[in-house]
Amino acid sequence: MYRKQSMNTPFDIPDNPDSACRPPSAKDFLVDRIFRGLARIGVALILALVLALIFEIGRKALPGMEKHGLDVLFGTVWDVNQGKYGILPAIWGTLYSAFIALLIAGFFGVSMAIFLTQDFLPAKLAAVFRTIVELLAAIPSVVYGLWGIYVVIPAIRPLTAWLNSELGWIPFFGTSLSGPGLLPAALVLAIMILPTVAAVSQDALASVPMKTKQAAYGLGTTHWEAILKVMVPSAATGIFGSLVLGLGRALGETMALAMLVGNANTLSVSLFAPANTLAALLALNFPEAGPNEVEVLMYAALVLMFITLLVNVLGSLLMLYAQRGNK
Amino acid sequence: MKRLMKSAALAVSVSLFATTAFAENIRLTGSGASFPAPIYLTWFKDFSKNTAGVTVDYQSKGSGAGVQDFLNKTVDFAASDSAMKDEEIAKVGEGVQLLPMTAGEIVLAYNLPGNPKGLKLPRDVYSDIFLGKITQWNDPKIVAANPDLKLPATPITVVVRADSSGTTAVFTKHLSAINPAFKEALGEGNTVNWPATDKFIKSPKNDGITATVRQTPGAIGYIEYGFAKLAKVDFAALQNKAGQYVVPNAESGAEALAAVKMPENLVAWLPDPDGAKSYPITSYTWMIFRKDNGNPAKAKAMRDMIEYSLTEGQKIADSMGYIPLPPSVVEQVRKASANIQ
Repeated sequence: MYRKQSMNTPFDIPDNPDSACRPPSAKDFLVDRIFRGLARIGVALILALVLALIFEIGRKALPGMEKHGLDVLFGTVWDVNQGKYGILPAIWGTLYSAFIALLIAGFFGVSMAIFLTQDFLPAKLAAVFRTIVELLAAIPSVVYGLWGIYVVIPAIRPLTAWLNSELGWIPFFGTSLSGPGLLPAALVLAIMILPTVAAVSQDALASVPMKTKQAAYGLGTTHWEAILKVMVPSAATGIFGSLVLGLGRALGETMALAMLVGNANTLSVSLFAPANTLAALLALNFPEAGPNEVEVLMYAALVLMFITLLVNVLGSLLMLYAQRGNK
Repeated sequence: MKRLMKSAALAVSVSLFATTAFAENIRLTGSGASFPAPIYLTWFKDFSKNTAGVTVDYQSKGSGAGVQDFLNKTVDFAASDSAMKDEEIAKVGEGVQLLPMTAGEIVLAYNLPGNPKGLKLPRDVYSDIFLGKITQWNDPKIVAANPDLKLPATPITVVVRADSSGTTAVFTKHLSAINPAFKEALGEGNTVNWPATDKFIKSPKNDGITATVRQTPGAIGYIEYGFAKLAKVDFAALQNKAGQYVVPNAESGAEALAAVKMPENLVAWLPDPDGAKSYPITSYTWMIFRKDNGNPAKAKAMRDMIEYSLTEGQKIADSMGYIPLPPSVVEQVRKASANIQ
């Protein structure tokens, strides 16, 4: 039903008052205002929380930083009784385990995302698989740790023993695996960050417009050419974002690593040697730390935050650079 | 964080105070050592059930944390495997009463291919293993002590505690007492700087060590006797001061306790007990009370709880993997508990 067209209005205006085709009412303005206000408050609260966190940790870390300075960053001995605190092995172990985990989870996560979004499976089956992968994220960290001890370590032991005896001259295989060590920790870590990487990459691939793919096919590409040369590059920002998120989670993961990494303050490139990570160091030492030790642990926490920030910023910069290169 | 926790604790204690005032229900809170936590929790549950109007809560968070809570006055009593330092005692104006409540042993659990039972470890050998000096299971010294066992040419993987722990303190105190090189290199404490080799692995808590030893052929690690008993792992007979090989159990632990005279302040250390049948790594564990609690009803509840632990409580010690206190020590503790007012 339309109003009879008058001379003044050039368009048909529908009678229905709920229609979108009308100027915003006072109520709409109010709702909009309130929503904007709430969103701003939310953003401000997040920023305030992060700043408060940094401030509080920094304040407690300050005495430790003044006392020990850079010795903490480059020291390799952690001996509370002698007041020697060095976190270099923990920094090394944190980065090493996180990057190996990212390498594995990145490969499998992105492959999985391609498999589930690029018409390899019927849509319903793909949804089932997707849910299964996301279930991995719901498993508690400590369960992963126990699973690592009872399943992963015995499973990889024969292979690692062979690698060590046959290829022991390669530094990566330089020591025999006694049990907990860097490799089992990184493997379990990879499984833990897999759902993050897979889910975010899937969203990225799924959000590439249908017509992009159709255009690629229209140009005569094969299925794989369309995936590797059109779809993946189009979704690159999102896929990269999934890797950065995964890496962030890997850097901060605590309990499973505390159980699997061996917590030994050694600097080694061997995948089979026990190592240490900052998060595990914090979790294991904090509950019974004396005042002097707490200062250094806060210092270590600040270092961990800084590393995470650095990795995220570097990742974003790399992404920007890659995008610019594409254009 | 700490401030937040403090205010939370304050809020809790305020609300507790409110309920005590109205329901005339006395609530005792304690925190500390995780090693005696299983038996303490059983005691407190039974005691609370059998005593109208009194509830005892205990939080197992570690000896150091318990003492810290006690100093911050967030708990009524604390528990610690390493007693309390003199400078910490000096900080408490109300006065401190330490009471040994039970005792435990630390065992060396091992995992060898073929599961040979009855491994014997001489004093110099097990201290050298934890010093990183003996690294192979077929080391001549181990073979000499175990002529009947077939020992493999496997490297020894040493599993130690990753978290700060009273168990480590007791264990390293013993090793420092029997091996001067250990004392020189590592010393004693809740955490020590273990040798940095790829054959020393750190795992959190007793369960972490147990799981790692179980899954690692050639591993050896130290855990509490009660825990080892529950987990059914193999543990070694250790050579004591008298040169005898002793298996950890309630009798050998009681022998060790009997070998040391309890001093006036009730803090007796047994870094290396005498006696042919004594198990070498045995230690008391303490509860810590204020002498002046400023609340007669509360103090009475504490004394009742101690009395219950000394009588009914000691009966279940053996079955839970702890060592009952010798009767003379029970008497001393009972007498000293009168100081809690």
